[in-house]
Amino acid sequence: MTQLALVIDLNVCVGCHACVTSCKEWNTSGQAGTLVDERPYDRDPTGTFFNRVQTFEVGEFPNTQTVHFPKSCLHCEDPPCVPVCPTGASFKRESDGLVLVDYDKCIGCKYCAWACPYGVRELDENRKVMGKCTMCVDRIDNPALPEADRKPACVMACPTNARLYGDIHDPESVVSRAIRENGGYQLMPEWGTQPANHYLPRRKTELRIHEDELTRVDNPLKIDGLLPKPPVKDPSLDDVTSW
Amino acid sequence: MHPAFSVIFLTTLLGVGQGLFLALYGAEVASVLQWLPAQDARFYAWGSLIALAFLGIGLGASFFHLGRPERAWRSATMWRTSWLSREVIVLPAFMATVLAYGALHLLGGRGTLVVGAAGVALCFALFVCTGMIYACIKFLQEWASLWTIVNFTLLGCASGYTLAAAYAFVAAPDLATVYAGTAIVLTFVALCTRTASLMRNARIRPRSTLQTAIGIKHPRIAQKAQGFMGGSFNTREFFHGKPESVVRAVKWSFLVLVFPVPMALLAAGGVWGVPALVGLAFAAQYAGLIAERWFFFAQARHPQNLYYQAMS
Repeated sequence: MTQLALVIDLNVCVGCHACVTSCKEWNTSGQAGTLVDERPYDRDPTGTFFNRVQTFEVGEFPNTQTVHFPKSCLHCEDPPCVPVCPTGASFKRESDGLVLVDYDKCIGCKYCAWACPYGVRELDENRKVMGKCTMCVDRIDNPALPEADRKPACVMACPTNARLYGDIHDPESVVSRAIRENGGYQLMPEWGTQPANHYLPRRKTELRIHEDELTRVDNPLKIDGLLPKPPVKDPSLDDVTSW
Repeated sequence: MHPAFSVIFLTTLLGVGQGLFLALYGAEVASVLQWLPAQDARFYAWGSLIALAFLGIGLGASFFHLGRPERAWRSATMWRTSWLSREVIVLPAFMATVLAYGALHLLGGRGTLVVGAAGVALCFALFVCTGMIYACIKFLQEWASLWTIVNFTLLGCASGYTLAAAYAFVAAPDLATVYAGTAIVLTFVALCTRTASLMRNARIRPRSTLQTAIGIKHPRIAQKAQGFMGGSFNTREFFHGKPESVVRAVKWSFLVLVFPVPMALLAAGGVWGVPALVGLAFAAQYAGLIAERWFFFAQARHPQNLYYQAMS
């Protein structure tokens, strides 16, 4: 069993929205057609985005933390949006655990959006069908792309590496390690949806310096406590003999 | 939630049609048992046609809710998991049964009691399906209760019997007072259950908070940006966008229009034998039901709204 997921590190997200724009750019250029973008430079703009970055202020002045919070489909392991779909357009893919929408079967009844507590499904006003994060299925499965590019567009775009991508069912994957070692958590655990995407909390950044990082233990110049002194007759190699 | 009028009309009109059918079949069974006078076949046929009209208009209204109505036929496929899909199957089956029931009466066929019994079963199945569409979403805590199904059923029956009383005043006067009396009783029971659900919903403590929504354990969290400056599907679909005073006004108007007004009009119309008053009772009750359903949607607080508390 594979369960692809994103792990989003709130400790390093700087809220630059690069993941939002690269997500929109990739998903509006695909085979499924454009994602609606009404009045983008006018009053009251609106459009479909599969990914948003929100900002929260935690605490009270002067003791505050600004938390940038990227939010996209969490690809729940028990997705409440899937069983309610009357047409079977919403489904959880067996092979990799992604929650996907078959745009050709969707009737646009919005019931799945009502049944998602996270508000990550958006009805596209032009397509008239439900849209959501696909984990860039047309990238991750695309043999035409170089191996290194078979990742979601948002992950490729993140300048601070706040978005990790991998299989959370593989205990040795980069995401499983990150969750395990940095206290990764799920959103709204109270509804038992078991989101695949995890978030890494803010952590206190401490500078940890060990003694041997300051002084090199095996420094050849200090092995005997003496500088190596070759005979005067030896050829001088300035790069090697350092005095 | 944003109240969608397509769904408001769907649920209220279906309820009226279902209640009217139950009234017709109830009268037929009672006449066979000789509790009530027997009626002309045309009374049942025309009554079924009226019920069918309400069901049909309700079904038509539901199409306005869909982004892709031309694919609506697909929605019957996932009946194993989806209550919406089950409703999509049960509704046409019920409509076909009502049509058959009326046609059998009109053509003088036999077996109307059997077809009617099947209709009653489908009618209650439809009430359960319609209610469960809302009640099965567990994090919409205002909806996730048995009261949703009970209220859909009782309000549908009450409005259907009120319509039956108005219809009987024209078509079968000897049934009119029985129907009016039943409508008053059903309306009163519905008042009790709807009040119970209002009291339950007033005490709900939301299980999801901003803390669980973003997973940060701190009592003071304030949203500073929701990620965009304009609107989006999330800000339109899940907020009713009306001030609290409007919501309160709608609540009180439905509490008045659905319950005491029709009860008084039905009683007055029944006692004095004025059909216009009974017709007015139905009009008032149906208008009230639209307000009731609007409030039903507006009252539900979707947890996704926690993510959209401040524009920027």
